This record gives sequence, structure tokens and C-alpha cells, in this order.
Amino acid sequence: MKTTIKPLIAIAIVMVSFFGTSCKNKGSKSGSAKDAASKVYVEPGKYDEFYNIVSGGFSGQVSIYGIPSGRLFRVIPVFSVNPESGYGFNEETKPMLNTSHGFVPWDDSHHIALSLTNGTHDGRWTFINGNNTPRIARIDMKTFRTAEIIEIPNSSGNHSSPFITQNSEYVVAGTRFSYPMDDDNSNPDVPINTYKQNFKGTVSFISIDPKAGTMGLGFQLLLPGFNFDLARAGKKASGDWVFFSCYNTEQANTLLEVNASQKDKDFIMAVNWKKCEELVKAGKGTKKKVKYAHNTYNEETHSAKSEILTDVTMLDSKQFEGLVYFMPCPKSPHGCDVDPTGQYIVGSGKLAAIIPVFSFDKMLKAIAAKTFEGNFEGIPVLKYDAVLHGEVKKPGLGPLHTEFDDKGNAYTSFFVSSEIVKWNIEKLEVLDRVPTYYSIGHLCVPGGPTTKPWGKYVIAYNKITKDRYLPTGPELTQSAQLYSIDGDKMKLLLDFPTIGEPHYAEAIPAELIVKNSIKMFKIEDNKHPYAAKGEGMAKVERKGKEVHVWMTSIRSHFTPDNIEGIKMGDVVYFHITNLEQDWDVPHGFAIKGANNAELLIMPGETATLKWTPDRVGVFPMYCTDFCSALHQEMQGYVRVSPASSTVPISFSTGTNTAAKN
Amino acid sequence: MLALIFLGACGDGNPNEEGTSNQSNAEVNAAESKTADDKGLGKFTNVELTHPLDLKMIDAGKLIYDVKCGSCHRLSKEKLVGPGWKGVTSRRKPEWIMNFATNAEEMLTKDATAMALLEECLIRMPNQNLSDTDARNILEFMRNNDGDK
Repeated sequence: MKTTIKPLIAIAIVMVSFFGTSCKNKGSKSGSAKDAASKVYVEPGKYDEFYNIVSGGFSGQVSIYGIPSGRLFRVIPVFSVNPESGYGFNEETKPMLNTSHGFVPWDDSHHIALSLTNGTHDGRWTFINGNNTPRIARIDMKTFRTAEIIEIPNSSGNHSSPFITQNSEYVVAGTRFSYPMDDDNSNPDVPINTYKQNFKGTVSFISIDPKAGTMGLGFQLLLPGFNFDLARAGKKASGDWVFFSCYNTEQANTLLEVNASQKDKDFIMAVNWKKCEELVKAGKGTKKKVKYAHNTYNEETHSAKSEILTDVTMLDSKQFEGLVYFMPCPKSPHGCDVDPTGQYIVGSGKLAAIIPVFSFDKMLKAIAAKTFEGNFEGIPVLKYDAVLHGEVKKPGLGPLHTEFDDKGNAYTSFFVSSEIVKWNIEKLEVLDRVPTYYSIGHLCVPGGPTTKPWGKYVIAYNKITKDRYLPTGPELTQSAQLYSIDGDKMKLLLDFPTIGEPHYAEAIPAELIVKNSIKMFKIEDNKHPYAAKGEGMAKVERKGKEVHVWMTSIRSHFTPDNIEGIKMGDVVYFHITNLEQDWDVPHGFAIKGANNAELLIMPGETATLKWTPDRVGVFPMYCTDFCSALHQEMQGYVRVSPASSTVPISFSTGTNTAAKN
Repeated sequence: MLALIFLGACGDGNPNEEGTSNQSNAEVNAAESKTADDKGLGKFTNVELTHPLDLKMIDAGKLIYDVKCGSCHRLSKEKLVGPGWKGVTSRRKPEWIMNFATNAEEMLTKDATAMALLEECLIRMPNQNLSDTDARNILEFMRNNDGDK
């Protein structure tokens, strides 16, 4: 025996050291399927099958990828300024970022909601929440631009947002942080440790105009003070309801990590929004004074306007029966996801060792039979066993979010055990599990939150990247991973980097978007007050200390491109109209010393750069977007004279006659 | 120069176009002597000109010229970005003008006359998204500019 053991140990040592070295050299285990490359390869010039519309996390933006290739197509500026396009810097889009706190140039964008008709994707709009200064934005999928931003009053940390009802009637906005609210709805000066007495929560229902998509503050529900985390609207039979996950029912105001993890169960809150809507229509709500911004972008004037609005209709949830119920849910639930049939609500307790699945039918029965275990600040708490369809046992550690396929299966992300687990909704049986690299947060099945999942893939949005890519110093790329779900087993196909920290994302068949995507703005329809529709309209006008330049751009010159008569103390507004009428011919505009950004002007569009000269001299301006073989010739000069100068305003293009001495 | 154009036109290896290219090549020669009979490439194969000129069409054509054409084309013979328009209606067939106005992208890669102009001007004439009616109105505006009655 002794003689045989020694060589075995020696072999084992050799093997360990061999694999050890090999791991070090190669980095982490790939984990990908053998035929992965062929499944994600999209030939040059060919289109991807799906658009993946991904939240930009702390970048405040939304990014667009192709699936299965994982190629990044576009970053849409939403809540954060973007010097590359001039968003938030040019005069036209500055109002988009106005709030009751003034101009807020950044936010933290978490959750995507694509517009729905009959519970399925219709490809019209993308909604995205701003978490920090509570806002919801609507992106028009014809232009891939932010069309509208509405601020949410009576909210702090708009995390539980913007989940959408099945015919895009409303997107919801639940406050993550409760905070003190008195009868006037103001945020009074009270000690922080009076949380239990003074702090309240709200959820807002943001109405969506069925044709134009325009958002309005429909109504708000006043609720007990704790944290509202995530939400999903019901579907089909449960379509009149929205479900919200709630944590910190302990009502702690400090060290929530410990103090909000005391109770065995928190809540999933069920809200009957149809009933709320009926009450509001019947005048049962109370008008409250608030202050919030509503910013809209007009595609014809190519300009945004910001309005400050001042009232909201509030329903106090405990004063009306049948509006709100709490379902006990283990251990600080995060995800709260409704399956495609609308029958099952999956709660994901971040600290739970099981996944509870609630039954909508059972919930209705329990409500009818008043099977309550008590109430929380006047709101009925249903009995856990009475509303439970069942529990998925030992699924993994740290369940966060669940998406669905079209075959009755659910896919749940597990942050702590870093995996996706596939399980059957009816039978509550675990079918498959696959590791993610590393620590998955949200996940996305194309059409996963709708009544008609498109299936095929599940995409993981990971919280930790570590060694998956070439290192780039302490800060690494964010990352997503694509898995096939065609067969019984999930298979890793691709890693792809993402911007910001991706939170929720949706994927939609490309054909639902492509057919509506516009190629340019018609110059005939341009109603910008400073549009120069043709070089004949190009001019420079002085209005006191303001100088307005009506300028045109076309391959490859500006008109005018020589401007004189600007004086120190003037503020110059360059209103540039791009006269091109073809796809993919933007022109840029930059001028030396501008303290803001460049302009990037799409065909048929007008955009305005404000420029305050800070010194006397001749300043170059040029086109920044390579537009033709003579792009480098697309330039001009602006002369700035001393304040006391008598040089008159003049402008020209192509004159080129030398001055006489 | 002409040889280059000829090679370029045939260089894409599409045998179906060879005949057209030969013809077009001949036409480039002819263009200078104002005997062009090339109709260009596009949907317009037969444009009936009427007399007297249609004043409404001329006005509509001027509006389009001001917004979409005037940045690059003078009404005189002077070349700016593209050629000046004076005399264009005697240099080119009405069909060629309307085809080029609505189908520049294709003609700049296949029509020898258009390709020769590109070598001269070096800026591809943009698709300015003109409708068929717009193109006809522009043509009337050009005829008026050329003193046609």
C-alpha cells in the first residue's frame, strides 16, 4: 500500500500545481458552451435578432445592445448630461434636466419598462427611473431620444419604478426611502429617530396618454413608512393589481443592514389600481400641494420646455377598504415578479433560503374571506399560508429577481451563490442551475416580464467583473453574460461589457423597433424659432448684449462662416440648422473656449450653443463630425472686438476678398 | 480621365451594366458638346415638358431650391460646392435631372456622367429627400432659370 500511495500523491501534487498554474495564466474559467461562438456570431453587415435595452445605472443613461452579439449600438442620454451630443448643454435640452431642485445634471437609472399593449411589447416607448432625484423618463423608440421627464413629488429614492401595467395605463413609482410628511405634505424638520411617528411612504401612479405617451401624475397612495423596493403589475386576471416588495417593516432609521433584518417576514404589497382610479375619478382623493417639474421635448421645435406643477391627488390607503393588502414575504424581499399567466407572484427574499410563490386566486379568496393575521397601521395583513402557492426549497443563496419563459419556467438570479436557477412554476422544482461570473443582479429573458416571453436567451447583469476581462486598473468594465435557454440546460454563450452598472434591462424583437425608427427630421417640419431653412435665412442679429446667429450646415460649409462685430460682454447664441435630408449625416459644431460642449445636429434639426467670449481675438469654429471628403474644410471664424469697438455686425460665406490696407 | 471613368463604371463586374456603361461613357464625351441623350438611372423614363412654363411649379421649385439646394448650387454658371445651374436644362435631359435629384446615391456609383461630376466636385450630392413632385418643380424652376418659355 505504502508504495502505491506515494506515487499517487506525487501525481496529485503535479496535477494540482499544473492546474493551479494553468488557472493563473488563463484567468477565470470560461464556462462557455462548445458551440457558443457560432450562436452569437452575427455576420458583418447583418442585424441582431433582439434589441437589448439596458439601464445605465449610475451613468444615468440607457444603453442599446444587439442580442445575441452583445454589440453596443448607442448610449441614450437620459438623466445625465452628455457633452458628446450636447444633451443638457445646448439651449434646447437644458430644460429636460430641470427639477424642483433646479438643474440636476446626473441621476442613477435602474429599471427599464417597455410599453405594452395587451400585456405584450408594442415597441413604442421605453420608461426608465431616476433613483436619486425621483424622476421617470420616457424614451421615444422612433428616435431613441428622451422625449419626456417627470419628477415624482413626495418621494425619496425612486427605486420601485417604473413598472408598467399591461396596456401602458400607468407606470408606478414607489419611494425607496420613507421620510417625514405632515398634513401639508411638506418634509418637516423633525428628529430622524422619530421615524415611526412621522415617516410615511408613497407610491405614485404615473398615467400615460395612450396615443402620445405623455406622462401625468395620476394619483398617489399614502402608505406606512418603510422601504418600497421593486414592483410588477399584474397580468390578465391580475391586471387590475400592482405588487410591490417592501422591506424595513422594522421601521429602522439607522444601520438597516442589521436593524431592517430583524423580522422573519416583510411584505409584498398588493394594490388594486383600478379601484384607486375609480375613487380618484369619483373625487374621493385629496388635493395636496406639491412642487415637481414636467419636462417635454417637442420634435417639431427641436426644443424642450419645463413646467413646474403644483398639485397631486392623494389617496390615504388606510381610509379606503379594498385598495391595499400586505402579503407576508420572508426576509427583506427584493424582486417581486409576476409570471406570464398573471397567476403567480414570485417574491425574492434577499436573505431567504426559499423562494415563496404567491397565488393570485388564493389572494382574492383570502381577501374575500378576510383571512387576515392582523393589520399594519390600519392595512390588512393576509395570512401567509392562505396566499401561498408554495415555496421553492433550497434554490440557492440570495435570490434577487425572476424572469420567465413561455414554457412555464422561471429563472431566478442568486447574488450570493452567483448563479441563475431555472425552476418550474407549477411544480416548484429546480430544473437547472448555471454559474454567473460574478454575483448576478438583474436578469432578462426577451419578453420575460410580459404575457408573451420571446424566450431563447437569459442575460445576466453582474455586479462584479473581477478577472473576466483585461484589467484596466482599479475600475473595471461592468459586465453582462448571455445564456441560451433553448434546451433543458442553460448554456453560457457570451460575456459582453456594459456601461454604468447595469440594473434591469429588457430585450425586444428587433422588427418591433426597426420598422418605426426614423432616419432624419424633415426640414419642412422644423418649427424651431431660430431655424434657418436654407442659406437665404442665415443671418446675425444683435439684440442688446445678445447676438443671435442663424447658421446653416451642409456638406461641407457653414453659412455664415465669417462673423464680425461681436464685442466683449456679448453672449452669442449659435443656432445651427443642419440642412441635410439624408440618413446618417449629422454635423457637429464647436467653437474655441466654449464652456459647455459641442453640438451634434441631426439632419433637419436645429440646435443652439451659447458662447460667452472671454477675450478679444479671432476664434475658430468647425464641424466635429466627419461629414465628407472636405470635412476638414468645414470651418469658419468669429471675430471678437473690445467692448468699446465700433466694428458693425457683419457676416458672410464665400466672399474671400482681402481687406485693403 | 475618361479611361478611368470607363474602368470604374465597369469595375464592379456586373455584366448587365456593361452596355449602359459604354453608352454612358460615350455620353460623358457628348455631354460637353451638349448632345446628351442619357436619361440617368431612376424611375423617370419619360418626362413631358409643357409650354408655357407653369408658374406655380416654378414658385414651388424656388422654395425647395432655397431650403435644400441653394447651399451648394448657384443659379449662375459659377461652381460652388456643386455646379452652377445656368444652362443645366440644355446640358442634361429632364429625366436625368429628375433621376439625379431623387436617386443621387445610385447614380453616383453607376451613372458615368454623375460619376464624372463627382470627380470634379469631390462631394457626393446628398439625398435631400425630394418627392417626385419636388423634383418636377425643381426642373421647372431650372427651365425658368435657363430662360425657357
